[in-house]
Formats: sequence, structure tokens, C-alpha cells
Amino acid sequence: MTTAEATLPREAVSPRVGRLRSFFSNPWGKPRFLSVWTWLYIIWTIAPVVIAVQFSFNSGRSRSTFQGFSTQWYEAIWNSASDSFDDTLLPALMQSLKLALLTMPIATALGVGLAIGLARWRGRGAGAANFLMLFPLVTPEIVMGVSMFLIFSNLYHFRLGTTAQLLGHVTFSLSYVVIVTRGRLFAIGRDYEDAAMDLGASPADALRRVLLPLLAPAILSSFFIVFAISIDDFVISQFLCAQGCVTIPIKIYSAARNAGNPSLNALATIMMMLSLLSITVALLILRRFNRRHGTGRSAVEDLARFEI
Amino acid sequence: MPTPEGGIVGQRRWYYPALAAPGIVWLLLLFIMPFYAIAAVAFGGRDAIFAQPIPAWNPLEWQFDTFSATASELLTSGGLQAQFLRTLTYVALSVVICLVVGYPVAYYIARYGGRLKILLLTLMIAPFWMSYLMRMLAWVNLLAVKPGDPGLFNRLLLLTPFLHDPINWSSGTVSNLTVVLGLVYGYIPFFILPLYAALDRIDKSQLEASRDMGASPASTFWRVTLPLSKQGILAGAVIITLPMFGDYYTPNLMTASPENTMMGNAIDLALQGQGQQQKGAALTLLLSAFIAALMIYYLVSVSRAAKEAQR
Repeated sequence: MTTAEATLPREAVSPRVGRLRSFFSNPWGKPRFLSVWTWLYIIWTIAPVVIAVQFSFNSGRSRSTFQGFSTQWYEAIWNSASDSFDDTLLPALMQSLKLALLTMPIATALGVGLAIGLARWRGRGAGAANFLMLFPLVTPEIVMGVSMFLIFSNLYHFRLGTTAQLLGHVTFSLSYVVIVTRGRLFAIGRDYEDAAMDLGASPADALRRVLLPLLAPAILSSFFIVFAISIDDFVISQFLCAQGCVTIPIKIYSAARNAGNPSLNALATIMMMLSLLSITVALLILRRFNRRHGTGRSAVEDLARFEI
Repeated sequence: MPTPEGGIVGQRRWYYPALAAPGIVWLLLLFIMPFYAIAAVAFGGRDAIFAQPIPAWNPLEWQFDTFSATASELLTSGGLQAQFLRTLTYVALSVVICLVVGYPVAYYIARYGGRLKILLLTLMIAPFWMSYLMRMLAWVNLLAVKPGDPGLFNRLLLLTPFLHDPINWSSGTVSNLTVVLGLVYGYIPFFILPLYAALDRIDKSQLEASRDMGASPASTFWRVTLPLSKQGILAGAVIITLPMFGDYYTPNLMTASPENTMMGNAIDLALQGQGQQQKGAALTLLLSAFIAALMIYYLVSVSRAAKEAQR
């Protein structure tokens, strides 16, 4: 059928190759080559991480030979009686958790207010503010990190550390909250609020008793999305850290190339589980919401189409 | 629709801006002002004794000697220029590889995902939510070569007929390949997503029309699908190019060799060092200008495409 088959002399093709080729070039089925390529791609993206997780359970120190199952590298994080205890790992975990948990409420509150304000405010400033809001998304993290580092040390005279890191984390997660919330605001429309206000509610009442309950799923999922991006952040945390504020990514960065210690893999695995878990929760919330109000597409599809 | 008179409209006028205000103030103080601080430091003076920067907050007091010294260092051959050219090469190579590897994947999921679409999308998005550092750590583990232990990736390659001796991934010419591999691995999910979105939006009836008019599958792809997904390719390329230009952790983690440093490493190093803050700020400004030029090119091309679509 295909040109490839037509140009190759028939006798040069062994039966096995022939079968393989007809598997790939069957014109009625799905394009096999693409499907094999896609699955290879997925294996390539996921397998290294799975292997890294596997070696966090290795009973030996090697990161290339699996010697048996053990949880000693997890114990090394928090059990000071353990042989391989490393007293820098638990503080890193705690610092990451602390930052993420503090960033969640602040970024969500600011972001939801910003999203509602921008969507309903028809003044001259709204366009400019909308534009401003998008910038943190396209600014490379190194530029944000450098700029905050310079202003904290030269103008605000902030000691670098946890507070500076927190301010940084809120700044870059703000835009994500706005995007998630704004998507839902458009889906909800203005009718409910207008109805409430026609019936005599003040804008504040309409917001509190109508809009916020309708927005609750978006607000909740913003919460978890903020947690995930905060706990994964490296560049800004590093630029705004002086001492005693090492997070998990900073720890990985500084220790990854040292002689192998699978505790680092264990720590990275914990971090990954935390962020995957929070994203799953966010998606589940969005999905429930979609089923009632939405487009009929799944939340994963919405996320993939950038229509969160 | 009848609009309520008087009070409510009047109340509305300040109510919504007030809701947005804290967020806007936050962004002004912690996003716009810091950005200005880069300029103030880059164009400011320097303490003669401690070599600490003295930022010039008033644009009238700006002086451009450090900035122009840094800029001319970029234009004359030397360490900094080599770093810049290397960054360009790495980024260009990575984008091309992302396109070659990623396009078929995005195309397959958008066109033929079928029942597996959700599963495929989930697997495709999963790397998004794994820390970049975790994913780099995974490769550091796989590529680690120690005496008596060639590492997992080498062992896999040694099984194939192409490789007879284990490769040391973090030195020599190969180290460039290692960094590009790291960059592609790190950023490709961000490239595939907008591409997938563009391909998924293509109206199938356009493809059917092309086939009905007698075009072969190949020419349908070249003359319909590819042009329609051009904006997706461009969006993906921009999305990964921006952070790649500021990347310093990937080369540091993958090879830690001074032969593989990028622009980001120069900035990172300047800011850590004493008395180098000004140079770091100047470099950041130059990098931002470069990135802004790329962004503007992208936005112009998007709006041109939108206009053409209207016609």
C-alpha cells in the first residue's frame, strides 16, 4: 500500500521484518509508529523518576544496583538513632512544608480577590492590572530571584531567610491562583450576582453569599496548586536564602552530585508524593465541579488545554 | 438588562477595585519595584572600600559604566561571550529536539488518543508536578560513573551493540550532550502541552476536506495540519525558551563542569560573589532585554496570525 513497500524489492524482506512492517504501516488501524513513539516517550519521562524512587528503598548505598528492600534511608531523615542519620534532611523537609503551608492561604486570598476584582471591575486600571498579573508567569525565575534578592538587600533591608522566601513564593504563585479562579468566574457568569443584587443584596452580600460559595471549588483547588508549586520551587528559594532556610530542592541541588546517599532520594520522593497528592486533590475538586457546572470535559483535559 | 440605579452602581465603582487592590499592591511592591531595583543597582555606583553596590534610585543619577563594560564583554570574545553563545546553542538544540520528539507525541494524543486520551494526558502532565530538581536528581543517579560502577544508563547502553566502553557523561564533548539531554528532559512537557492544545483545536472537518479534495495523508499533514499548529509550536518554543535562558541549575547538576556553564551561571556566580552584584544586575538586565525581544516577536506573530485568520 505505502510507497515504502513499493520501492523495496520484495525478496529483500524477511518474513519477520515484513510482519513488523505491516504492523507499523497498516493503513486502517491507528498509526502504530506514532503510538509506539508516544509510549516510548512516556516511559522515557517517567522511568528515571520511578528508578530514583526505587533506589530510595535500596538496602545498600548503591544508586545503580538494587540490593534489597529497606526503609533505612527514610529513617535516616528523622530517626537520630539510625546509622545513616543526616541531621540536615529533616530541617529541609520542615522548611519546605512551612513555606508551602504559609504561602497557601496568603497567595489564595490575594489571588482570589485580584481575580474577582479584575473580572468585575470595568475601570481604566483593570486592563493594566490584568497585564501586570500575567508578567510573573513569563518572567524567568532567575530574573525574579535576582530582582527580589537585590531589593531585599538594598532597599527593604530585609534579612534574607524564611520571611523573604515566603514573600517570594506568594509573588510567583499569585498569578496561578488568578488564572484558576478567573476561569471559573467566566464559567459561572454574572447572572447569579446580578440576580442577588436586583433583589437588594449589596455587592459585599452578593460576594459572600452567592459568588464565594460558587467559587469554593476553584478556591480550594488553588490552595492545593499553590502548595504544589511552592514545595517544588527552587530558584527563588535559593536566591532568598541566607542561612537556616534550606528547602528540599536546595538540599537536592547542593548534595545531588556528592557521593551517593539514597537519603536524598528518600527526601525527594517524599516531596514528590506531597506535590502529586495535592495536585490530584486539586484535580478531583475541579472535576466534581465540572460535572455539575461544566463543559463535560475532564479536568485533566482542561488543564492540558490551558483552560483551567 | 435593567441596571439598578444609584446606590449599587456607586458602591460597585469602588468595591471591585478594592478587592483587587491588595494583590495589585503586592505585585507592585514585590514584582515591579524589585525589577526596578535591578536597574537601580546596575546603573548605580559602588562603595570603594567594601565594593557594595550603591543603588541609584533616581534615574537622573544613573551611570552606565558597569553596564556598558558588561555589554562590551558580551560583544568581545572571551569567557562571557563564550557562555552566551553556548547558551544560545544549547537552547536552540533543545528546542529542535523537543520539536522532533514532542510533535509526534502531541499529534498522536490529540488525533488518536481515543479511549486512552485521559490516561495519556495524565501521564504526559505528571512530570509537570514532579519537582524539576527531583527529575534532574533521577538523571544524576542514572548517569553517575564511579570506579567499578558504570552507572545504570551506561549499563543499559552496553547491552546494545553501539557501545563498548562506558561513557563518562560529565566531561569532554559528551558533557554538552548531557546538558542538552537534561534541558530537553526537563522542559519538554512544557513544550508538548501548548502544542497538544493547538492540535486538539484543529477542526477535523478541515482535514477531511483536504482528503476529499484528493490530498494524500502526507500532504494533508504538510499543508493543513502543520500550518494550523504553527502557533502551538511557537507558543511551546517560547514557553520553554524563556526559562532555559535563565537556567543555571541544569548544567550544574548534570555535569558541574565549567565547560558547560550558561548565562544563568554567570548571573548566579556574580550575585554570590562579593562586589559583583552590579555586574550580576547588568547581566540580568541584558538577559531580560533579550528575552523581552523574543516575547515581542512572539506576540507580534500571534496578532498577525489572528488578523490573517479574520480575513
